[in-house]
Order: sequence, then C-alpha cells, then structure tokens
Amino acid sequence: MLSDHAVSILIFAGIDVIMALSFFLPASAGQLSAGQGGFMALGAYTSAYLSVHHQTPFPLALAAGGLVGGLVGLAVGFPALRLRGLYLVLVTFGFGEMVRVFFLNAPAFGGPAGFAGIPPATTIWYVLGLLVVLVYFFTRVSGSRMGRAFAALRDDEAAAEAMGVNSTYVKLAAFAAGGVMAGLGGALYAHYTLYIDPEAFGVGRSLFVMLYAVFGGLASFWGAVAGATILSILPELLRWVKDWREILYGLLVLIMMLVRPQGLLDAALLARLSARGERAAARG
Amino acid sequence: MFVQQLVNGLMLGGAYALVAIGYTLIFGVLNLLHLAHGDVFMVGAYVGLALALAGFPPWATLGGAMLAAAALGVVVERVAFRPVRSRGSHVTPLMTTIAVGLVLQHVVVKIFGAEPVAFPAPFAAASLALGPVTLSTLQLLILGTSVALMALLELFLRSTPTGMAIRATAENPTIAGLMGINVSLAIVITFAIASALAGAAGVLLAWNFTGLSPFFGVKVGLKGLAIMLLGGLGNVTGAMVGGLVVGVVEALSVGYLDSSYRDAFAFAVMILILLVRPTGLLGARLQSG
Repeated sequence: MLSDHAVSILIFAGIDVIMALSFFLPASAGQLSAGQGGFMALGAYTSAYLSVHHQTPFPLALAAGGLVGGLVGLAVGFPALRLRGLYLVLVTFGFGEMVRVFFLNAPAFGGPAGFAGIPPATTIWYVLGLLVVLVYFFTRVSGSRMGRAFAALRDDEAAAEAMGVNSTYVKLAAFAAGGVMAGLGGALYAHYTLYIDPEAFGVGRSLFVMLYAVFGGLASFWGAVAGATILSILPELLRWVKDWREILYGLLVLIMMLVRPQGLLDAALLARLSARGERAAARG
Repeated sequence: MFVQQLVNGLMLGGAYALVAIGYTLIFGVLNLLHLAHGDVFMVGAYVGLALALAGFPPWATLGGAMLAAAALGVVVERVAFRPVRSRGSHVTPLMTTIAVGLVLQHVVVKIFGAEPVAFPAPFAAASLALGPVTLSTLQLLILGTSVALMALLELFLRSTPTGMAIRATAENPTIAGLMGINVSLAIVITFAIASALAGAAGVLLAWNFTGLSPFFGVKVGLKGLAIMLLGGLGNVTGAMVGGLVVGVVEALSVGYLDSSYRDAFAFAVMILILLVRPTGLLGARLQSG
C-alpha cells in the first residue's frame, strides 16, 4: 500500500481540490470570490471547537463546518449582490482578511497561538468520499436548470435576467454552496493537521485556491480538479531543486498562464476530449 | 492623545496612499489588478535597505529604491501583463501577477533570508513638542515626502503631455490610440511611475516600522487595494483621500483598541463604504471589471 507520506500528499491534494471546487462553483455563475480561505477557516474552527470542547462525533462536526461555511456564504452573498467583477474580488478579499483577524482576536479559539489538540479523524476515505460526491454533484448540476442559470449569469447578467433567471436567488445559492464546500474542506483540514492557526487561512490560501481553479481552467469543474491536483503535487516533484523550489514553482505557473491564459482545460480541449470519449463509447 | 493619533495616522496614511495610487494608476489604464504591486513595494524597500547598509545618505536610499522599483515595474508589465492583455480574461493577469509576486518574495528570501531584518534609521530623530502633540523629525520627513510626491504626481498628470497621454489612455485606450497616443508607451510609463511611488512608500514605511520582511509587501499591498476601492477605482485623488482615511482610522484603532485589530480596519471601512457607495468615496462610474 501507499506510504504515510504519499497518503498525506493525497489528502492535502484532495482538500485543495475541494477548495478549488468551492471557488469554481460561484465562479461558474460569474461571482469571483477571493475569500475562500475565510470560509475554510470557519469550517476548520467550527468543527475543531465542536470536536475538542463538545466531543462531537466527526461526521457531525464535519457537517457543522460545512453548515457554518454555507450560512456565512449566504450572508456574504447579500452584500455581494451589489458588486461585480473586480469589486467583488476585492470585497471578498476583505471578508477573508476579517475572518482571519476575528480568529486572531478570539481567545476561545486560541488567538494567535492557534488551536491545538484536535483529534485525528480525517482519513483518505473521507476526502475521496467527499470528492466523489462533489464530482457527482457537479456532473449533475452542469446540465441542470441551475447549471444553465449559472452559465447564463456568467456570460451576460442582463440577458439572463431578461430570460427569467432570478439572479439574486442564483447568486446566493452559488455563494452558499461554495461556502459549504470550503467549510467542509476546512473541517477535513483541521482534523488532519490537528493544529490550526489563523495564518493558515489568510490571503495566501485564498489566492492559491483561486490560482488552482484558474490554472486548471474555468470552462468546466474538471479544470479545478486538474489544476488543484497538479499544483498541489508539483512542489513534491520539485523537491530536487531544494530552496529554489518556490521560485521555480512561481516561474512554472507564470509560463503556463502565459502559454494558456484560459487555463489548462479550455473549452476547445474539453470539446476534443469529450468527442474522443463519445467516439470511444460509440465503438465500445 | 486624539490629536497625536491623528498625526500618526496622517503619516501612515500618506505612505499607504502612495501604494494605493500605484494600484489605481495601473487599474486606470489597464482595468486590471496588479497583485504583485505589494511585492514591488517590498523589493523597493529591500533595495533601500541594501543602499542604506552600504552607507548611502537617506535621499539616495529613497531615490535608488524608487529607480529600482520603477525598473522592476516595467519588467512586470512586460512579462505579466503585455502577453495576456489581448487574450485571456481579466482573471489571467491576477494569476500571472500572483506568480510574479511569489517569485519576487522568494528571490528576496534567497538574498536577504526569510527573517525580518532591522532597517537603519536615516538619522538620529529629534522630537518636537507642539503642545500636546509630539512629532519626530522622522515622521515629518515621511509625511513631507509622501505629500511632495503626491503633489508632483498631480502636477505631472495634469499639465505635462505625458500625463495627459496617460489620462487619455485611462479614459479610453482605443480612442487614445486613434488620436496618435502611443498607448503601449503610456502604459509602460504608468507602470514605472506607479512602481516608483511604491518603492518610495517601501522605504518610508520601513523607516516608520524600523524593519521589514520579504512578506511585508503582501499586507501593505492588500491595504493599498482596499484604499484604491475606497477612493474609487482609477481615481488618483480618491486614493490619496482613502489612504489618509485608512491611516487615521488605523492609528485611532491602535490608540483606543487592541493593536491586533489594526489590519481589519482598512477592510471594515472599505466594506462599509462600498455597501453605501459601491463606486467608492469619489468614484463616479461603476466598473463591471
């Protein structure tokens, strides 16, 4: 079987994929959020608090993390309704930063010293199980009424509204669902690292989550899956360059974004892949 | 106490405003966000540190940092913006600049180490007592420099042909091009100016906080972003006013509340103002990004 080290890489990669998907969902409705780290923090701290202080069973604590992420997502969604594009990016940045400062100043959650003593509960099966559920969810959503409403809002909000899409409802749903996913990701993270501090969920985290999804391409949720997997395993592959690792990583991401500004899996590549898949299915 | 914090806030705000003006100038001409601007600011501060350690006088430290940052800004434009300006969405430059920022941070870590380092004081600061307020000569220098730089910028944008070309490009790049303005050159000059201001702010804030670290740019950069929003995207005067507002609010929060809240205030003020006036304090038009 896999070594402990390999399992830990897989678990972190899986959590990164969950986070990238949590960014992708609102992004597929045209709502770019740069505050996913904030939702992750909420999920992580909620579940950790319940586990440590109330001995809540892990599945319940996990669900509570997702629930809090979703509720706050809904609350953030309301003011976000008035904002678009880069304004929204910046306000969600601000949201993430405020969550970080909140936990930094909350003695009940350990403040700057962090929150330790979280019982180990996250296993690779939890992560894979959640990923399977999410992939199923996204494949179902993309062709559904809701999925088409997302795409319509992203492409042209005025036209979508004229066609009868309730933009308020759809945007709030997208934000809340993204918040649930990030909250779940945070809860899984907390019960794997067993120690969390506010800095783990700062701006850097939010930016990386965004980078994963955009690197993979925003044309389909598979882009977020591919982007997060590649970029979270890449540092392992770059071990041999030692302390040049971050510099090389940054350069590789830069070159890749210059070569494929639409991300790894853009619409053209997806169409080619799915045509090949259909031909294979027709032959089989 | 109140007046004292107000003065401290104005000084801090002046330096923040310099960073925010850079963001807003670049946003003005390109309608894109430059997420490595905070790192250009940080590199400027480190160049200043190297010059100060080599024994250069304060004015040369400041000038050298500005020149180095300007050169770096032009390079960033060339590698992270120009190639994706016409293709890709407005999200792509966010990613290329995050990558550039990462590279800059770790290049600095490689040269100066990851630990925070002390920044030598430019001179032995004397303090002047004006009634209840104590001003140090260093504070006066920081405030004076940022005000002077802002005044120069305002003059440059208003009354030189290059300044006018930049404003025309910000208004509408296509039409500016049709009118015979070299839009690409205007963009390069904008990056050079914006980055030079960031380099100056880097040295000024390093003097103020008496130290710096390779990750110092991220926080200040975010604050600059918040201030840009506060003042209205692309609005230079708005960024100046916004910088002073955030500096003062932050100083007052340090004076009256716990100092660990200071970083949240820029964003709290920003979110509150945006909810009331989504186009910012002085903004007029709504950008859809």
